[in-house]
Amino acid sequence: MVEAMGQRRRLGVAAWTGGAIAALVLLVGAVSLVWTPHDPAVMDVANKLSGPSWSHPLGTDHFGRDTLSQLMVGARVSIAVSLVAVGLGVGLGVPLGLLAAARAGWIDEAVMRFNDLAFAFPALLTAVLITALLGPGAINAILAIGIFNIPVFARVARGAALALWTRPFIQAARLAGRGRTRISIEHILPNIAGALIVQGTIQFALAVLAEAGLSYLGLGSQPPEVSWGRMLNEAQTFLFLDPRLAILPGLAIVVTVLGLNLLGDGLRDRLDPRLEPRRGGR
Amino acid sequence: MNTASPVLEVRGVSRAYPLPRPRPLAPRPVRQAVADVSLTLARGESLGIVGESGCGKSTLARLITALEPPDTGHVLIDGQDPNTLGKAALRRLRRAVQMVFQDPLGSLDPRWPVWRIVAEPLAGLAPEVPRADRRARVIDALAAVGLGKDALDRYPHQFSGGQRQRIAIARALVTDPDIVVADEPVSALDVSVQAQVLNLFLELRRRRGLALLFISHDLDVVRHVTERVMVMDRGRVVEAGPTAEVLAHPAHPHTAALMAAVPRLEAAWTGR
Repeated sequence: MVEAMGQRRRLGVAAWTGGAIAALVLLVGAVSLVWTPHDPAVMDVANKLSGPSWSHPLGTDHFGRDTLSQLMVGARVSIAVSLVAVGLGVGLGVPLGLLAAARAGWIDEAVMRFNDLAFAFPALLTAVLITALLGPGAINAILAIGIFNIPVFARVARGAALALWTRPFIQAARLAGRGRTRISIEHILPNIAGALIVQGTIQFALAVLAEAGLSYLGLGSQPPEVSWGRMLNEAQTFLFLDPRLAILPGLAIVVTVLGLNLLGDGLRDRLDPRLEPRRGGR
Repeated sequence: MNTASPVLEVRGVSRAYPLPRPRPLAPRPVRQAVADVSLTLARGESLGIVGESGCGKSTLARLITALEPPDTGHVLIDGQDPNTLGKAALRRLRRAVQMVFQDPLGSLDPRWPVWRIVAEPLAGLAPEVPRADRRARVIDALAAVGLGKDALDRYPHQFSGGQRQRIAIARALVTDPDIVVADEPVSALDVSVQAQVLNLFLELRRRRGLALLFISHDLDVVRHVTERVMVMDRGRVVEAGPTAEVLAHPAHPHTAALMAAVPRLEAAWTGR
């Protein structure tokens, strides 16, 4: 029994690959804070649309800006926007879900029906609407993406928390005179952290996609800020002239999202208690 | 010790749960989990409650520990009804009634170290005990169940089933309660460990003057640790009396049926 508990399942190859990709993107974004091969905003029209060379390893765009530098800064923007958006979803959604689970009855009903309402909107289209109304920009893109993360985390937190509320150790905590809020924070939250991390990774991937989508439409971060979505947008004019300009940011998006999804799936196998076989007490 | 007034008195408690409607707009059927149950428990006494699963034993435990209020009737602990008390008074009363659950692993938070698990009732119910003293009381409680200081910083999954149940018992003892409600405390344990845990209950009763409400479906276990027994069937008490008498001469057919259901090794052998 004790031995069986000791050998927890290992992370698979897919999860390690995903984790490595995510770490690489994170690292590239971090490096771009202090160093890029060139200033991504500086134009060098004499060298426009040049192919890979020693000075420009991934070539230049139609204004002669260095593509590698742009991709690096784009990674940073993508990560920053997605991180804050997911953080917004976690920060508001998880407390809501915990509250709904702790207080059955009308509070739970209210939170969950509000959730259903939010799920009824097509997230990306509504994000477009929100940025169109509030005006384009990174902050508004964060808001638009983050708002739709709130119900996702509320639902995951509530579902996992509800399953825990019936467990004897929660009853023991109530017998120990603990209130519902305290139980939610001290007992429920640490025990649902695994499910939240898994969901967070997957939502992060979706946020990267959404951010790219919004900035492709010109609703995300604005020039001179660089982003993968806008690089795609600008590249479409030259799609047949120089497909490299569209392929590189496209690849960056696909690889990042793929990596995060692989990581999320791998973590789910390992962390999500709902998938764990019951490790019984006898 | 005052043996005249009971430490626990239950007067005609009932509790029903609504079931899902069989069809839309139909009246909600209810399941009467506990129906008009009364009992008294004297200081230091040990009362067994037996019955098949689903007979309302565990619901009765939740009513007695004030995890839920009864629909009708009263629970009196030291003469006080926990369901009428304010928060502060309820906390004080809760110190007197603690509980040990069936599944020892499920009743311990897997993310908490043992010292925190055992200290939780102190933190929640006895705010006047300074933090510095909590540790000493936790060590005392663990010692009372035969666990050493090395258990303090370990986690529940690092213990065997019997040890986990000891940790749960230590948690129940740390506030120095008058009553411990034990809901099937050994049925999830290996037979070899059951006897150790049962003997621990007996010893704690003797040394601490603990009143024990022992819920079980296992008549052999009940015979071992209780003086009086109540037999429940479908929420009602169908028979009550001294354990030896009830088990030797069951008056109610349901008790006889429960006795017959106990597997007998000899019968299996002689049946061949």
